[in-house]
Amino acid sequence: MILVFIETREGKVKKSSLETLGEAKRRAAELGLRVAAVIAGASVDCFDPDIYARGADAVFLLENPALAQYSAQGFAIALHALVVDLKPAAVFIAATEMGKDLAPRLAARLGVAVASDCTKVEVKDGRLLYTRPVYAGKAYLSIRLKATPQVATLRPNVFPLFSVPGAAGEVVKRAAAIPDDAVKGRVVEVVKGAAEELDVTEAAVIVSGGRGMKAPENFVLLKELAAAIPRAAVGASRSAVDSGWIGHEHQVGQTGKTVSPSLYMAFGISGAIQHLAGMSSSKVIVAVNKDPEAPIFKVADYGIVGDLFQVIPALKDELKKAFAE
Amino acid sequence: MNILVFVKRVPDTESRIRINPQTRSIVEEGINFIISPFDEYAVEEALRLKEAKGGSVTVVTVGPDEATATLKKGLAMGADEAVLIKDDLKETYDGLRVARIIAAFVAKKHPGADLLLFGKQSVGADNSQVPSMAAELLGWPQANVVTKLEIEGGQGVARREIEGATERVAFSLPAVVSAQKGLNEPRYETLKGIMAAKRKVIPVVTLAELGLTNDDVAPQVDVVAMELPAARKAGAIIPGLPEEAAKKLVELLRQDAKVI
Repeated sequence: MILVFIETREGKVKKSSLETLGEAKRRAAELGLRVAAVIAGASVDCFDPDIYARGADAVFLLENPALAQYSAQGFAIALHALVVDLKPAAVFIAATEMGKDLAPRLAARLGVAVASDCTKVEVKDGRLLYTRPVYAGKAYLSIRLKATPQVATLRPNVFPLFSVPGAAGEVVKRAAAIPDDAVKGRVVEVVKGAAEELDVTEAAVIVSGGRGMKAPENFVLLKELAAAIPRAAVGASRSAVDSGWIGHEHQVGQTGKTVSPSLYMAFGISGAIQHLAGMSSSKVIVAVNKDPEAPIFKVADYGIVGDLFQVIPALKDELKKAFAE
Repeated sequence: MNILVFVKRVPDTESRIRINPQTRSIVEEGINFIISPFDEYAVEEALRLKEAKGGSVTVVTVGPDEATATLKKGLAMGADEAVLIKDDLKETYDGLRVARIIAAFVAKKHPGADLLLFGKQSVGADNSQVPSMAAELLGWPQANVVTKLEIEGGQGVARREIEGATERVAFSLPAVVSAQKGLNEPRYETLKGIMAAKRKVIPVVTLAELGLTNDDVAPQVDVVAMELPAARKAGAIIPGLPEEAAKKLVELLRQDAKVI
């Protein structure tokens, strides 16, 4: 069995968890294994039945009042007990902020290593082989994990969803045992960011600005451009962030976030090596820069040499027209 | 407060990475090594906590003799003590192995520690594993990717970044916290600090001294291959006035690349 932890936020299943479920299903099919999903909470009364269509053969609902809010300790204790009971060959978790917080804690409890932030999972010689970026994508490792169960986190936005419409499966409710004094830290409040703002790690399209944006107020242009594109987010280079033009949560690169959107548009970004490392795995890259010698053009699929203050409004108009059709 | 800050020696983010396919590892010649950037926020936060509440700050690294330079950086910033946990194995990309070493070090040498601070990830292995794993092995709570930290009377509250939002995490001490950019603005070393760091004797702790057997620290991660990413090719420059170029670009993105 491959067990997949399903992350929920406000009762909704995260898309990246479904991507992870899909990849588990594809690899499990090669290995002749079943796939079980696990959802944890105080009481998981309803969940998206879509989860079967997305690859789960069974769903385990792990319940305990202590699981009402997320805590790495509480969730690790609950999942650990389930893993010990089910003895899966592997546990897959989406490499979201929660996944990256939880997976290593669970793995340490199990005494096993983790393959973090994988961008490819294969079956070779009957065993799982994981590929993951290191040095923010300047290099890729292919690794095997020696211990069982294998714990891996899978990067959001990389793996396609699996789909078998109308599929059904079994539900198993389990009470999780969590000792009263075992959880010494927990989330007490979630504070939402700017309304409807998508994180760069989850966006399908990123419109990113660098030094060429010249001033903080000009990032409004990128916000408007992002608003004209479905599932788009605003990114930034380190120099734009370090100049205080936009918050560091937007930073793409080795000391920011490593991203793999379908489309990455870089405006006024020269293309420092540490920025390129963080975005080179984007499917399509567009660069707009007035300097034709800027290194960003060496990795861009499409380039426009010109003034971004003229190109951005024109692009916004064209995109609006295109999406209106 | 007794604070331990765990730092790591990593290649400068400006480095171009070269790979030795035989050893399946990076070529270290010609690379400038630095303290992992996120670790600087951790050192700074430790110093600020000490300045506000008293206590001591010890910077610790797990690595070869060369990693001493990383400890000197922490000392020059103002840490009281530094310790090298000597480990000559090259990068294993195995967070559990390092977490086991750190947990054994804390249990044996600093059982009274109140807070372990880390960077949210090392810029290199990019695992984001060691803080959570060390916390689990010690049975302590954790707060990762933290941009604000308040400690008061044995309790802590951290602001932690998640996708498009932040979480407030409340925890009791002792605890593990990992730092994200935005937590503070790390100070520069002073000349006085650099001179003091030069003179400072840095104790070396061996894995055997921590009671760790070869089995305890045998890597569980088997690196089968290490490769550079497929090189991207420079594409087409779209000519014309901004309006024409924008129109052509949208057409190409829709019809050729099919990404929008």
